[in-house]
Amino acid sequence: MTPPAEQLLKDKIRQVWRETLLLHRRAPETRLASSLSCIEILVALYYGGILKFNPEQPQWEGRDRFVVSKGHGSISLYPILADLNFFPTSELEKIGQAGSFLGSIPDPVIPGYETINGSLGHGLGVGCGMAVGLKRKQSSSQIFVLAGDGELYEGSNWEAIMFAAHHRLDNLTLIVDHNKISMLDFCAEIIDHSPLAEKFKAFGWMTEDVDGHNIKQVQATLSEFRDIRNGQPKVIIAHTIKGKGAGALENDKLSHIKSLTHAQIDILLEANNDSN
Amino acid sequence: MTVTKNKTMRDVFLAALLERMRQDSSIFFLTADFGSPVLDQIRNDFPERFINVGIAEQNLINVASGLALEGFNVYAYAIAPFITMRCYEQVKVNLALMSQLREMNVNLIGVGAGFSYVVSGPTHHSIEDISIMRTLPNIEVLSPADWITAQSMLDFTLHCHRPKYLRFDSQPAPAIYAEDSKPFNEHGFNVLNAGGKICLAATGYMTVQAVNTHKIMADEGVDVAVIDIFRLKNFDMAELAENLRGYKHVISMEEGFIGKGGLDSLLLNLKNDFNLPFGFKSIGIGDNYHFELGARDRLLENYHAGIESTLKIIRALV
Repeated sequence: MTPPAEQLLKDKIRQVWRETLLLHRRAPETRLASSLSCIEILVALYYGGILKFNPEQPQWEGRDRFVVSKGHGSISLYPILADLNFFPTSELEKIGQAGSFLGSIPDPVIPGYETINGSLGHGLGVGCGMAVGLKRKQSSSQIFVLAGDGELYEGSNWEAIMFAAHHRLDNLTLIVDHNKISMLDFCAEIIDHSPLAEKFKAFGWMTEDVDGHNIKQVQATLSEFRDIRNGQPKVIIAHTIKGKGAGALENDKLSHIKSLTHAQIDILLEANNDSN
Repeated sequence: MTVTKNKTMRDVFLAALLERMRQDSSIFFLTADFGSPVLDQIRNDFPERFINVGIAEQNLINVASGLALEGFNVYAYAIAPFITMRCYEQVKVNLALMSQLREMNVNLIGVGAGFSYVVSGPTHHSIEDISIMRTLPNIEVLSPADWITAQSMLDFTLHCHRPKYLRFDSQPAPAIYAEDSKPFNEHGFNVLNAGGKICLAATGYMTVQAVNTHKIMADEGVDVAVIDIFRLKNFDMAELAENLRGYKHVISMEEGFIGKGGLDSLLLNLKNDFNLPFGFKSIGIGDNYHFELGARDRLLENYHAGIESTLKIIRALV
């Protein structure tokens, strides 16, 4: 990545972070902390030349399929889709209001979303079906699935993890937003499923651990994985911080269910203004 | 009625599907490690469109959903209680909900309707499926009474691009319809015998029981009507209502729980919505499980749902 390209991504990260806080300010029932841990991943996918998409035709056959399995933790995708003209940016103002299609848990009524989200552990299996279908169609489109680490407790994921390796779904990349916190506690305290990469390796997947807030690393790994077609499904374990940049939320084990007040959000945005 | 060979619904249906797969490359067949002799041939002839996902019904539904979203016509095959209840939320989210937003054709074939896995016990009996699958919007529930009806559903499963649940009996049985007939129609039912004051409105294996009941009562000089209802949602309500209007008594017969949203609820709602004057009784499975082994009719008699109980109910009404 050239330095100007990297700067562009960093600018986008900042913009998406700010927009996400504003969305949460308008709709405090949205899940803020888990939406902040995956911003770099989303920015890399949409602005880093990873995903093929067509905002004018969201269901364009040649698109890559991006399945947001951790749906509720992807409010940060709303400003990206709006910025890319999947829908007017004015929709962001209406989040959570009657008549708006932007709720706290996204569904495919939002242009750009592929699957029903909200209930966890569904995206990877559906992505596997899409991956088999795309191979059968000899399509060059790929499947990217974003899942949370808490979500991996759902057994349906492991059915799909076995399936993907057996069927050599190398057009499938799973990105785990490994922010280490589920709803009520640190994953290490609930059921410690670390180290994740070792588990995927044992199931026959190609794995890479990355710093999920290092945009250069996230983009480079996604780009490299996109090109590798060696008969293995791929997983990127993105080590992230839940509530990234949101002061009090960072590493609070209950951050998933916490909201910030208008005043707290305003202070964060102000500080972010000053830092530039 | 013609006497036909004993056949299983699944073998006949899968054999017809196999022939379609030769011409139609959009058909995928998935199984959760559940087989049949015909399935071996599908696996052999179409290895690239046959997938055994293993004993993993949640993934069966999810993979089926993903394939259907990519435009394939998908058949997913497993034992009835497992393809409905083990993965119920996958069916809700990735088929019922999803199909409201995107066209998708997934056909869930559940083998083992009612008590048809007689000696396997309550885990393998499927007496909840009619009501729980009827609960989900956007999903068709198809319940054939014999292999000829099952076979004649194939075209519908390919052309109707919605999720469907096909409830197949596991046992080989003779047909109640003529071998050259096509009993399936989109209205959802067939009148097998009209006339008399009492009508048995039945589905699946219970239609066979109803036909046998009809014969016994005919020998006693009593004409009992039989209606076979094989489409348990999206059927032609007005037409069914008109066919039931003239009876003094209607008795629903299902190898499933009663009072919980099954065929009896369907008929009671119809009675209510169309102001049908008949008296109503339901025959089916009461609110408990049995671990007892025995012949199928014996298991049904545990719930007063076998032929003897049915005859008793009818004789009391005559």
